[in-house]
Amino acid sequence: MERPLTQYIHPGCPPFDIREYEMTGGYSALQKVLKSMTPQEVQKLVQDSGLKGRGGAGFNTGMKWSFVPMGDSAPHPKYLIANADEMEPGTFKDRLLLEGNPHQLIEGMILAAYAIQADVSYIFLRWAYKKAAQLLRKSIHEAYAAGLLGKNILGSGFSLEMHLHTGVGRYMCGEETALLNALEGKRATPRAKPPFPQISGLYGKPTIVNNVETLCNLPHIVNNGAEWFKSLGNGSADSGTKLYGVSGKVNNPGCWELPMGVTVRELIEEHAGGMKNGYQLKGFLPGGASTDFLTAEHLDVKMDFASVTAAGSRLGTGTMVVMDDATCPVGFVHNLQHFFAQESCGWCTPCREGLPWVEKLLLSLEQGSGTTEDVELLQMHTQWLGPGNTFCALAPGAMEPLQSALKYFREDFEKHVALRRCPYQ
Amino acid sequence: MITQKINKDNITTSGDTAHYTEGLQEEQYLTDLERQAIDHEVALVPYKSAAVIEALKIVQHHRRWISDDSLNAIAAYLQMSPAEVDSVATFYNLIFRKPVGRHVILVCDSISCYVMKYGDIYKALQEKLHIKFGETTSDQCYTLLPNCCLGCCDHAPAMMIDNDLYKDVTVDMLDRILQKYS
Ligand SMILES: Cc1cc2nc3c(=O)[nH]c(=O)nc-3n(C[C@H](O)[C@H](O)[C@H](O)COP(=O)(O)O)c2cc1C
Ligand code: SF4
Ligand code: FES
Repeated sequence: MERPLTQYIHPGCPPFDIREYEMTGGYSALQKVLKSMTPQEVQKLVQDSGLKGRGGAGFNTGMKWSFVPMGDSAPHPKYLIANADEMEPGTFKDRLLLEGNPHQLIEGMILAAYAIQADVSYIFLRWAYKKAAQLLRKSIHEAYAAGLLGKNILGSGFSLEMHLHTGVGRYMCGEETALLNALEGKRATPRAKPPFPQISGLYGKPTIVNNVETLCNLPHIVNNGAEWFKSLGNGSADSGTKLYGVSGKVNNPGCWELPMGVTVRELIEEHAGGMKNGYQLKGFLPGGASTDFLTAEHLDVKMDFASVTAAGSRLGTGTMVVMDDATCPVGFVHNLQHFFAQESCGWCTPCREGLPWVEKLLLSLEQGSGTTEDVELLQMHTQWLGPGNTFCALAPGAMEPLQSALKYFREDFEKHVALRRCPYQ
Repeated sequence: MITQKINKDNITTSGDTAHYTEGLQEEQYLTDLERQAIDHEVALVPYKSAAVIEALKIVQHHRRWISDDSLNAIAAYLQMSPAEVDSVATFYNLIFRKPVGRHVILVCDSISCYVMKYGDIYKALQEKLHIKFGETTSDQCYTLLPNCCLGCCDHAPAMMIDNDLYKDVTVDMLDRILQKYS
């Protein structure tokens, strides 16, 4: 089984420096592209490979790039940004790539920048990833010293600057247009689309924001081709491998690179070692805090974009949070809504006002003072804050685990009302 | 702006007089070191105000938190209004607009750590330090804050103290961990 992204990542060992990275084939994709491919050919290759964004939405990466204005009349500077803000509760996959092989990300970024002919690139890193920050600083420095960044890279005429930007908190910085505002020194509120960032992004110039994992795939696609990348997907409609994670009361929580489309069962039972002794699986969020619950009846669902959607949820970040039978679903969802209410940027009313209300309703249920009407009100909020009613995807994302909890764990909500207390305490 | 009076009172009663009371006058001005670091950031962006988050980070690094005087100094230096700078400063949870202790403890309160009972860790910290979330110990050593997912959910519960990450935290580990910070 091929593991292109993590082949050279050995947790506990320091990551490769530039020399070791190059000795194992690193930066050969960059050499190949600079010598023998046009930007359009790189875009086409990535589009054909079927690589879909690993930041959550799953949009074809080559297609996303194709909206960037190209040619002599295109506005400059253009920007390429690696989204390393990873803050979705339950998500810890980009950390592995950042700490485990920083040069892989840097090479991926140079390739993406070449494909859209960007002049400046940023890594937007969340503040908490201190070790990653240190490693990235060192690696960027090494890449400059080796002539892989800066002016006229390897004599190709292509130039690229790269900067590391570390954040100062707030989940919203991960939303791509809010990220642009944060980079411009503003509050991280999202921007209206259109214009899309490809046309008018950072400082009003064409910009691409890609997730860390998305970018790390690029050197391998360039080296091995689109067909190879598709074949990694092990019978799934989606290409490539994926970093999957499992957290919660399982025997072996962790993060693994596996072929796209492994089943939930394989992930939980084989890789995560099954539930801890004495605990049963009650439900799980397949791809982070803003994805709908699935339950034990979905163990055979494949973890790829289409299959998880068909099951009624989203692949999201691919890092799963497991809820066991000793954890109260109302308390679980209250914790999620507390997070979303706190992280709402306050820009639009349904989210700013609605999420704190949802949080309070759930708290009153947990504390035993909730009523049947409160449960109905929660249900109504899942529509009021649903897609189309808010300015960005934060609030609709927050409603996903709530609406599915009301669907699958309704009895638990009703018990809180009937007993006037939390039955799990 | 509202916190100006309160902050100054806090400072004079805090016992940490060496650091703050002497600094009060100077707080209205940026030091040479701070100015140099900010100039470096300003040179990388198309206009000065785009460097305001960096400026806040730099000043906080030297002063631990952003007082009203510090905020005004940054505003003047970047030719922004204090209100503009404050709107940015108050948006980001790791820019501190109130004094914090020498060490900031951030306990993850997000979902995987909730399932793995971060509540027990928080309770033990409350008992040991006699403070709740949002408070600072009377000796100015620790400030205790909740924080969302630290990105190490496979090793929940997790917490950070300053730049150090602690994984799979148990109540028994706390004394040994806290000892490292004084
Ligand atoms: C509230 C919110 C937070 C987000 N946080 C992140 C994040 O931390 N990292 C990330 O890659 N994408 C995040 N996204 C998705 C980005 O907006 C964007 O779709 C993604 O970076 C695009 O990269 P991709 O095309 O490579 O997937 C977030 C979206 C929303 C609505
Ligand atoms: S949905 Fe929430 S986070 Fe998104 S813009 Fe509206 S208030 Fe801000
Ligand atoms: S939920 Fe605590 S580290 Fe992710």
